[in-house]
Amino acid sequence: MRTLIKGYGIRFDIMVFGKAGKFHVVPTLLNIGAGLGLMGLGLSGVRLQPLCVRSLSLTASQNATLESPPARADSTFKVTMVPGDGVGPELMTAVKEVFKSGDVPVEFEEFHLSEVQNMASEEKLNEVLTSMKNNRVAIKGKIHTPMEYKGELASYEMRLRRKLDLFANVVHVNSLPGYSTRHNNLDLVIIREQTEGEYSSLEHESVSGVVECLKIITREKSRRIAKFAFDYATKKGRSKVTAVHKANIMKLGDGLFLQSCAEVAELYPKIKYENIIIDNCCMQLVQNPYQFDVLVMPNLYGNIIDNLAAGLVGGAGVVPGESYSAEYAVFETGARHPFAQAVGRNIANPTAMLLSAANMLRHLNLEYHSNMVSEAVKRVIKQGKVRTRDLGGYSTTGDFVRAVVANLRHRPLH
Amino acid sequence: MSAARSVLSLSKILQPWTGLKGSTVSVMRPVMCTRREKSSYTPPPAKYGGRHTVTLIPGDGIGPELLNHAQELFRFCCVPVDFEVVNVDSSLTSEDEINNAVTAIRRNGVALKGNIETNHNLPPSHKSRNNLLRTSLDLYANVMHCQTLPGVQTRHKDIDIIIIRENTEGEYSSLEHENVPGVVESLKIITRVNSLRIAEYAFRQAREKGRRRVTAVHKANIMKLGDGLFLQCCKEVAAGYPDITFDNMIVDNTTMQLVSKPQQFDVMVMPNLYGNVVSNVCAGLVGGPGLVPGANYGKDYAVFETATRNTGKSIANKNIANPTATLLASCLMLDHLGLHDYASMIRKAILRTLSETRLHTADLGGQGTTSEVVQSIMKEVQKGGPLTSEKI
Repeated sequence: MRTLIKGYGIRFDIMVFGKAGKFHVVPTLLNIGAGLGLMGLGLSGVRLQPLCVRSLSLTASQNATLESPPARADSTFKVTMVPGDGVGPELMTAVKEVFKSGDVPVEFEEFHLSEVQNMASEEKLNEVLTSMKNNRVAIKGKIHTPMEYKGELASYEMRLRRKLDLFANVVHVNSLPGYSTRHNNLDLVIIREQTEGEYSSLEHESVSGVVECLKIITREKSRRIAKFAFDYATKKGRSKVTAVHKANIMKLGDGLFLQSCAEVAELYPKIKYENIIIDNCCMQLVQNPYQFDVLVMPNLYGNIIDNLAAGLVGGAGVVPGESYSAEYAVFETGARHPFAQAVGRNIANPTAMLLSAANMLRHLNLEYHSNMVSEAVKRVIKQGKVRTRDLGGYSTTGDFVRAVVANLRHRPLH
Repeated sequence: MSAARSVLSLSKILQPWTGLKGSTVSVMRPVMCTRREKSSYTPPPAKYGGRHTVTLIPGDGIGPELLNHAQELFRFCCVPVDFEVVNVDSSLTSEDEINNAVTAIRRNGVALKGNIETNHNLPPSHKSRNNLLRTSLDLYANVMHCQTLPGVQTRHKDIDIIIIRENTEGEYSSLEHENVPGVVESLKIITRVNSLRIAEYAFRQAREKGRRRVTAVHKANIMKLGDGLFLQCCKEVAAGYPDITFDNMIVDNTTMQLVSKPQQFDVMVMPNLYGNVVSNVCAGLVGGPGLVPGANYGKDYAVFETATRNTGKSIANKNIANPTATLLASCLMLDHLGLHDYASMIRKAILRTLSETRLHTADLGGQGTTSEVVQSIMKEVQKGGPLTSEKI
């Protein structure tokens, strides 16, 4: 990295990357008001601005390994698996059994990363990251964060998310056919910014007895998540994006988030953009959730609304979720809980994990297998004979998995 | 962005930082500054979970069917690209559809398009949709690489020319008027800024690709001020690249040399209309409009299409069009997105298919159909072997 201009109190560095002499000019001090004007001024003196080069990803891992692996026409796909804590390993066993019965060409690379069971360390984290760099797709359970402060403010899960830059969490809340709740036929997408906000892990106690917790909102990340939300809405044919905020209280922070969303909304004239305050949003969700289509919000509100919406359609055992970065995709449940009370009792509901695994297959372009798994799960739930305890039945996890496997084999031939 | 505007915003930013006031007022000011630059906000690229999103504009004539084949091929090769299809109807007079397409390209950054027909019979207020797209996105450089392809019979061998054509001004400014009835004035605009820009692009490309010679094509003996300015800008830029030979040639001589001795040319840079003519001549030299891909680059956006931009209405939906140009254009797009492995895999398969004479389509003198060619390309990709994870 060579320092290009050290003027105006801002350092511009050039990072020269491997291929064909591409240059990126990265302002190291993110001046909030700088925008593009400053960059233009800084660059005009040096004829180094290349034509049409945009950083293809905003992650820190920009180097020669950014190239995609060669295409796989018909081979097994490798996927990283991190079972996590609580019922995570049981749910992963369920996924593996269903995949084995369905002859799904996916191979799992397992890593047991866990903070509460003292199996977490920097080396383990790096192993997981290396595996992710190769496979680019992962399926994981919840890595539980212990309540006590052991000297590290950021949990392993948060560190993993930051290193992979998994900035968007998508939870598609869909009512399950055959299981009726107080709100039926719900179809809602919740998009949550996952790397900053209240989860920045920046806390300090300057004066004893007074703790300051920093909530960070940046323009770049807000724009990024807003663009993700609108791109998602465009791709899935959704008509409305609602930003959830508390800008009447946090005028600058959530105000910046709202402003970024409004800016990005201008590029999508066909999609309606609205915003709603978080308290009103929660109330509306429990009274009339049908008015919402796609919701986009910062970190903490997202956490709350994810769980709330999951509760509307049947609980944490039912809703799948995924996290995206520019290069990686991680599939997990929508509402992330380790559910430690159910460990060993064989009562956890594997629906969420199985539906998430089906989404993962779709992401890997294995449409046929994806439909097979998700149809089987939905059929079992619709038939209503085998239901786990959280949906009001008496079956165990094992029974449910066996029912899904049976439905895999009796799939109708088209 | 003008330097003046940048300096103004800069001075506004300096005050709060040097003052170190720490009040909300000083923090708000930078936020308000950027409102002025809101229109120039370039969003980050649309790449999520490793998959890119690219705008696809089918166009008219053979565009839709060939772009369908391109989509099929991508799906077969598991290329991580999703297409956002935006249809532009050429017969409508409202500009909403093309503005939609432009906004879609602004969002995604990259597009693959077919040619949109411009009907001469419509009133002159109906501007060419392709031209509107190019000028709105400021895609100032059109790059066409003409190479003799193996397996194609041509009169000339060993042709390897890069043609860089200014894409936004020149004769295509769409400025015409009739002050006196029966007398029409058509304005050809040449600006210093754009000429410098295109010359800079040409020399940079020449350096990156290791080319030795850049030729500027012009008609400055007749249009002394217009093409004279273009030539002067090229000369100025050439002074900064001493390792590359720069010469110039008048366009009539150029076309004659192209059909007698095309091997003498290396990189050519020229204004808009000459570029149109010369690129079509070169396309004809290497085998026809069905073989050469073209790319339009701007500062932030890139649009890929066939080089000669033909609609092909007469051969539409007859399964006889040559898909090579469109598929090679999609390979250029993959290179631009950074997916070089996929690009080289598909390109190798296309070239291997092209060397089989029995699969040549009608424009190359054969009897093959489009679908046969695409099937054979897919077979070649598969023959390349399933690259399993062990090979990584």
